[in-house]
Amino acid sequence: MENPKTVKILKFHPEKCDGDLVCEKACSKVHFKSDEGGDKSAIRILKDGKSYKMLVCDHRGLCIDICPVGAIKRRDNGIVWLDKDICIGCQACVGFCPIGAMRKSDARIEPFKCISCGACVRACPYGALELVEVKIDQIKQIVYHKLGAMQ
Amino acid sequence: MIEGQFSIEKYQTGNTKHKWDLKKLKLAHRIVFEYNYKRGKVQRGFTNRTLYINLTTKEIKEKNVTEEMKEKFTGGRGFGLKLLWDSIKPTTRWNSDENELVITTGPLCGTTQYPGSGKSLCLTVSPSTDIICDSNVGGFFGPYLKFAGFDALEIQGKAKHDVVIVIDGEKGKVLIETAPLEETNTHHLNEQLTRMYASEDTDSSRQKVSVVTSGKGAEHSYWGCLNFSFYDIRRKVPRVKQAGRGGLGTVLRDKKIKAIVTKVEKFDGISNNPADPITLAKIGTKLHREIIDLDRYQCNMRTVGTAHLVEIMDQYDLLPTENYRFGSFPKASKIYSTEFYKHFTKIIPDGCWHGCTMACSKTVDGFTIMTGPYKSQKVTVDGPEYETIACGANMSIWDPLWILEFNFYCDTYGLDTISTGTAIAFLMEMYEYGILNKERCDNIELCFGNSEAVLELLHRIAGGVDSEFIKIASKGIRRIKNWLIENGWGDPQLIEDCGMESKGLEYSEYVTKESLAMQGGYGLTLKGPQHDEAWLIFMDMVNNAIPTFKDKAEALHYFPMWRTWFGLNGLCKLPWNDIEPANNAETDEPTKVPEHIQNYVEYQKAMTGWNVTKEDLILQSERCYNWQRAMNVWMGRGRRKDDWIPYRSMGPVTEMEYLSRKDRYDKYILEKIGLSEKEIQKMNVNEKMKLLYNYRQDQYQKLADAVYFRRGWTPNGVPTPQKMKQLGMNDTKMLKFLQDEIDKDEKASLNVWGGKYSKGEKPPSINPKYWEKW
Repeated sequence: MENPKTVKILKFHPEKCDGDLVCEKACSKVHFKSDEGGDKSAIRILKDGKSYKMLVCDHRGLCIDICPVGAIKRRDNGIVWLDKDICIGCQACVGFCPIGAMRKSDARIEPFKCISCGACVRACPYGALELVEVKIDQIKQIVYHKLGAMQ
Repeated sequence: MIEGQFSIEKYQTGNTKHKWDLKKLKLAHRIVFEYNYKRGKVQRGFTNRTLYINLTTKEIKEKNVTEEMKEKFTGGRGFGLKLLWDSIKPTTRWNSDENELVITTGPLCGTTQYPGSGKSLCLTVSPSTDIICDSNVGGFFGPYLKFAGFDALEIQGKAKHDVVIVIDGEKGKVLIETAPLEETNTHHLNEQLTRMYASEDTDSSRQKVSVVTSGKGAEHSYWGCLNFSFYDIRRKVPRVKQAGRGGLGTVLRDKKIKAIVTKVEKFDGISNNPADPITLAKIGTKLHREIIDLDRYQCNMRTVGTAHLVEIMDQYDLLPTENYRFGSFPKASKIYSTEFYKHFTKIIPDGCWHGCTMACSKTVDGFTIMTGPYKSQKVTVDGPEYETIACGANMSIWDPLWILEFNFYCDTYGLDTISTGTAIAFLMEMYEYGILNKERCDNIELCFGNSEAVLELLHRIAGGVDSEFIKIASKGIRRIKNWLIENGWGDPQLIEDCGMESKGLEYSEYVTKESLAMQGGYGLTLKGPQHDEAWLIFMDMVNNAIPTFKDKAEALHYFPMWRTWFGLNGLCKLPWNDIEPANNAETDEPTKVPEHIQNYVEYQKAMTGWNVTKEDLILQSERCYNWQRAMNVWMGRGRRKDDWIPYRSMGPVTEMEYLSRKDRYDKYILEKIGLSEKEIQKMNVNEKMKLLYNYRQDQYQKLADAVYFRRGWTPNGVPTPQKMKQLGMNDTKMLKFLQDEIDKDEKASLNVWGGKYSKGEKPPSINPKYWEKW
């Protein structure tokens, strides 16, 4: 199977955002069947001076190689996916995510993250969010391995 | 180099692949006896049950864990002590039928959120020391044992034929099966059993099996270690961690146990059922962040594991070289971590339990074996860790490939690299002095640096004892010393001073000549000279932070108690001080890493729901520590004479050692002993050595005085009933026994301080029976 070449990631237009956090509520609906938003949302909109900023996974995939049980993989459509049935809740990916986009809610031990489902995009009444397709090679953050060193 | 982010299926090690006829192996198994049990739920870190197996009487039963047992012994190593106390006699020796091999877990063991939480604690009566030896080991076995339903596993008796013990947490079954056809050596046996007992032929299924094995070397030596497996889904091999010290593998094989297998159906991040999983996840995540941010600037564990210590020890003159004669060597840079870095497979999760982001368990994959029965095969070598590399230095082996070869064969033969390396280094020194020679060593040319000879010795030990030399050599330094002295070969004093053992156990790999506190850290211990009780060299020697006997005694009280705590809970010590918060140096007591201690307080609280303070953690340890010492006394050891250490660990035994650090020792005589420069100039080397010898021996006895006093023991090193009561250890049988022993010591005039106190100096107390007033 060919490795995926592109992935859809979220793009934020802060000038269109008015801080209603409808997106967060839509997101927590997806992950926790709850409209609380906040800690239960994979996307966070935070006040940034007079404007807003978005905190969400950009699918760079650094967490893939951290997972001890192989619960995190890049799927065929390019998104970085955490399989919570395999996950053993160690939080290594949460601690190691450089942008804090692997999220943990008090509601359950397994972390969760943005899956580029678009629920937040559809929920935003102002069009402040969109899903854009990017080349994985451009966003991917990698570490280098050395295998079978003595060969 | 290859880029990361590809599926785990695509990882390749380049190892030789084996095709085992597992059906044939399995068909040869016969169930000797079995037991069905109902798997309960883990509650706040405890299953509240332990599993007892007797291989002689073919009995299997469950024992309840009472609240009182938790209160007094906490868990882990503490439970091990309690189970042994209930089962063995003071006369029990390693190969007695009633001796037990105990594997315990601890309430925090199996947690995935906090790094270093997968340790098993193994205890038995050691062949080397005749007292209880405890060993702390990683791998998946401990957590799986707990998730399969038991806080501890206790094996008594001996099987008639080689057996495999299977604890099947999936079906709730314990099986004792004969296993005639499997290999005995770890790297093959482990793979065979992991594949055989995995429920499905998948890597994730194999990851839910853990196996404890040893090897052929353990059958014929006192250095047998236990290998605890953890299946690596990327490398696709069952990797191993060792419970190395004290001959646990020797006991395993003596019981005719080939392996112990445990498997679980599934588990998750809250299988321990913690009282407060939210707090647990928070403190765990905080530590993960600290590690990713700071490890590269601190210990670099994630990259090279404990190997980073080699260069530090060499630079501070602490790397044991040529049987601890020196602490550094011109060739040492050849075995620095940078050299092993070239061979290590890196970056992928290398924790020995899930969620340990310290990830110190490095491997060399695709290593081509150079000698012995597995010659030319390509294998994964687990490690080498610092201690194993330092054994290389001790044997004057400066080639990373030979150190890897030594590491591999020790592991697969089930030999403890530390005891094996330290003992061979001693043999080599004896060889250099002509006390041993080729004839006496049964044709093995055991001179320093002879890697082939080292490997030949290992193969001969594993192959079966074929000569007097192999028979004696494989039983460790204490027996070798006796053998040399009985034969009248060499000066007995020299032999006693050079052989690095105390209580019958070989030293681990640090030079302690210039740190009195660390001499105590090796000598004033429970199981013998292992650095897991205290590592005080920098504090003492480099920073001079504990100058007085009282300071040193305080450190030798606090740190052994603190470090004991990890073993009571099923934890690893590394995430405590091998990673430190960025502001640690600015805290009141940086050596204690206060923020991390607070983490552990919160951690135990969040798991067990107990309302504990940091003082309570020390109290938990103090109970078990004193109990173990009392058990040593009960078994006929645990007195001042048993805390003896060889002079090689205190100062220069030979003229060459003195001369190699002449300025340092001359300065010491000037500043510490108080002789004038003129007087020193008049003395020859032998006179100076003798002066230093007497002075340092006396210093050690004074240290013992101070430490025994601080710990609440008699001047002969016996825990007092008063102290035991104070700690809440009220076992009347034990209290009476201790009082009787103290009375006997009193009659024999042994309740006196060991140091010589001149005018102006004072022993810790001038009241002869000071402890009675507590």
